[in-house]
Amino acid sequence: MMRPGASGTLIWALLGMAAAAVAARATYTTDLSAFLPRSPSATQRLLVEQLRSGPAARLIIVAIEGGQPHTRALVSAELTRRLRADPRFAAVNNGDTAGLDRDREFLFRNRYLLSNAVTPKRFSVHGLHEAIADAVGSLASPEGMLLKPLFAQDPTGEMLGVLDELAQDRAPTTTDGVWSSPNGQRALLIVQTRARGSDTDGQEEACRALRGAFAAVRSGLAAAAGRDVTMRMSGPPVFAVASRAAIKSEVVRLSVLGAGLIAVLLLAAYRSVAALLLGMLPVASGALAGVAAVALGYGTVHGITLGFGVTLIGEAVDYSIYLFIQRTVLWQLSVWPTIRLGVLTSICGFAALLPSSFPGLAQLGLYSIAGLEAAALVTRFVLPAWLPPNFAIADLTQLGTRVHGMLRRLASARLYILLLPALAAVYLYGHRDSLWNHELSALSPISLADQAFDARLRADAGAPDARYMVVVSGRDRELVLEACETVSAKLTQLVSTGVIGGFDTPTHYLPSLASQRARLRSLPPPAELSERLNAALIGLPARRAALKPFEDDVEQARHSTPLTAASLDGTSLETPLGALLMQSSTGWAALLPLRPAGPHELAAADADRVRAAVAQVSPARVVLIDLIGETNRLYSGYLTEAAHLALTGFAAIVLLLLVALRSPVRVMRVVVPLALAVIAVAGLLVALGQQLTILHIVGMLLIVAIGSNYALFFDRNRQNPQHASVPLTLASLVIANLATVTAFGVLASSKVPVLADLGSTVAPGALLALVFSALLAYTPEPAYTHQSAPPPEPAQPPPTGA
Amino acid sequence: MKLLPAVALCVAMALGPATALPAAPPAAAASSADTQPALDELMRLLAARKHGHVSFTEVHVLAIMQRPLESSGELMYDAPDWLEKRTLQPRPETLVLAGGVLTIHRGGRTRTLELAQHPEIAPWVESIRATLAGDRAALERYFHVAFSGSLAHWSLLLVPTDPARADTIADIHIRGDGAALRTLEIRQADGDHSVLTIGPELTP
Repeated sequence: MMRPGASGTLIWALLGMAAAAVAARATYTTDLSAFLPRSPSATQRLLVEQLRSGPAARLIIVAIEGGQPHTRALVSAELTRRLRADPRFAAVNNGDTAGLDRDREFLFRNRYLLSNAVTPKRFSVHGLHEAIADAVGSLASPEGMLLKPLFAQDPTGEMLGVLDELAQDRAPTTTDGVWSSPNGQRALLIVQTRARGSDTDGQEEACRALRGAFAAVRSGLAAAAGRDVTMRMSGPPVFAVASRAAIKSEVVRLSVLGAGLIAVLLLAAYRSVAALLLGMLPVASGALAGVAAVALGYGTVHGITLGFGVTLIGEAVDYSIYLFIQRTVLWQLSVWPTIRLGVLTSICGFAALLPSSFPGLAQLGLYSIAGLEAAALVTRFVLPAWLPPNFAIADLTQLGTRVHGMLRRLASARLYILLLPALAAVYLYGHRDSLWNHELSALSPISLADQAFDARLRADAGAPDARYMVVVSGRDRELVLEACETVSAKLTQLVSTGVIGGFDTPTHYLPSLASQRARLRSLPPPAELSERLNAALIGLPARRAALKPFEDDVEQARHSTPLTAASLDGTSLETPLGALLMQSSTGWAALLPLRPAGPHELAAADADRVRAAVAQVSPARVVLIDLIGETNRLYSGYLTEAAHLALTGFAAIVLLLLVALRSPVRVMRVVVPLALAVIAVAGLLVALGQQLTILHIVGMLLIVAIGSNYALFFDRNRQNPQHASVPLTLASLVIANLATVTAFGVLASSKVPVLADLGSTVAPGALLALVFSALLAYTPEPAYTHQSAPPPEPAQPPPTGA
Repeated sequence: MKLLPAVALCVAMALGPATALPAAPPAAAASSADTQPALDELMRLLAARKHGHVSFTEVHVLAIMQRPLESSGELMYDAPDWLEKRTLQPRPETLVLAGGVLTIHRGGRTRTLELAQHPEIAPWVESIRATLAGDRAALERYFHVAFSGSLAHWSLLLVPTDPARADTIADIHIRGDGAALRTLEIRQADGDHSVLTIGPELTP
């Protein structure tokens, strides 16, 4: 004969195995960008794609510090040599001339394809005369002296024109033949990993290889010289690897710490190892169900979602606490229905997160719903059957009586305590303009110091992040490149009028096929060129005979084929082209970063001028993007969305309570203390100098979801005093609350801001929710009867619930 | 993000004909010990001059040109590191050396070069800048310096110390009277040469 509850156990075991199978086969990711918002517009999506996997996401800037300048230069050179031989790195640049040999040859050979000065007019008699006169004039200056060796081959100065366009940005300073910071204190290398930005494993391996190479180079130095030389790395791959390591270690640390502390708490309360272990059963089941649900719903499970799992421990453990402590008083008649309503309100709260376009929040919502539901069902249908016949925990009546005494004393001062939310509300109103942090970087797990170091290295390396860029997108590459050329022409005008300082475009590296063909068509055939050259040289000092190499080169160029992206492979043009021109989900897109004319970013009026100039260029889509503004706008959108979702969740909870309790007064009694707790916590956070982020909003929703359990128990005690034991209710609530505060308190200590924000909101919030609920529910004459009835026989539970 | 460094001018160097003429050790080096005090004296004299505004004419003799390139204009100097060379004829061009940055305006275009980034240009510019400033240390960073003549009529012979530079500049000969520079003659390794002749002080 089956034991009572055996069918529940059987179903639990089967579902548990299924969930374990799903969880085991799920993909886990710690790539932080996967947690970041999905972007709504095509342009924003492109930016996020670029951020995640574009070439910019593969760049590491390496700084070599300490020691003597020549030692740093030596280390830079040797490190470069080693990394260039390592297949894990696609490009390694330290400013040495060796790395540029191939580029020079490439640029010079293809100057007639690359120079936008090559037009039919340029190769007319008059055009040749002007161009050569220009070049002759430049020969009298210091730079002209350096151009002299090119004159015979390139008397029209195309090479200089090509280089001028390419070299618009300031290159890093050179010290002892290698790149350095402007003060020469750090040697700089720019390294591109072969692994994509989204391949964190590959990035981690590259970072390790880089550190290994540096260690090897350093140990090769004389002991005295090598001791002082250190290396620092920065850039997206380094950050991705560091974030992942931080999240990994945090998830483990927080889970172990949270579970350990709660175990100690429960052991102290129950004084029963059996009760502790049985109490973990709903938690473990809930965690497994949560992971399985997220894996099924989203395909991948984010590491941070697991971190949030700690919060589940905090709430799911409450159910077994209620069961164990209040088991003696009409569990199925009075305790379980209250828990059931509490679970439903929590689910209402978390369900509000499901439609969030912030993938992390949606995962958190699903994880919590599945986890809480599983934990509650296990507590109801499985756990009672598992309790051994002689199951007993310490009698907590005394604790409850003591808490009740404390409550009585506090109640006389409750008006003063309720001043706290009132003050908080006034304070929040006073600071209403600066409450919210609208910057996405607020969520970055990278420390501000590391972000600042990265910005400094980028500035040193002459590669600061552009704030404004023109984005050109279209269905194929040639269409986009041609549009880029039209946009470039407009932007060049804006440069000459001083609206912008300069810009970069993929067509500096790879002109469209159409313009390359047009340039080749501008080159006259040999006889024609010779004739025009004769006429063009009249009045110029250049020797006619000296220009034979020019005629040969032009003839060779006439028979060359236009460049394609593949032609750039292996040159250092490949990297910038890849960064500026990319295939997107909807076709091709090009980025044209703008440089401000002065030291400050573009003014809004200038940005409008650019916007007007590049509008309606061609069949391609052309937009000007303010990168920082766009990202923050995007994030602000999510912030607003989260606030709306939280309010919707709150409304859903109120509605549910109205249906369940059928009394607006009772609903008020449940909801008001929770609202007060939320206001008090928000005021507290702001007063402590925090700016509220999206995670604080979620935290407030959690306060309501968790706190509703407390308020419902107080409501029950008030409605059905004969069904409750006030001391036992109070004891179970205090223990449950301590468990929740512990779990979220641990989370608040996290170095990952996403987790810390949540913890620091919910930990004090849950505590206040309990205090306020207790104080508002307090009635001067306690109408409780101490019941010491034997534990009710766990009857065969009806399958549909009690 | 731009990875390509401003290679602008060093590119030209590498593409040029490889006419590597290792610099012969300067003959004057042996006698430099005797002329040390005089050289120091000259440097002090030059350093004492804080401003200058003169006219100049310059002649470049290049193998690829069938006749010399002549130009003229004004030179302005403010101690210790601001130098402007304003060419008026035959084509307007302005070179400004301020701090370590060389700015070139020509034909409506402006080009900026940091000397620190272009070690191959520095000797061309520093030969005249450091001489005007009486900055012996700067001169000797690039050249072996030999003094001859008297303070009233002196002559400096600069020979590049870096053999990598010697394939462009063979030597630079600067002549002057007292605190005034008169001529600056650059002989290049390939036989091309130029003479900068400095005229009398202009009153602004």
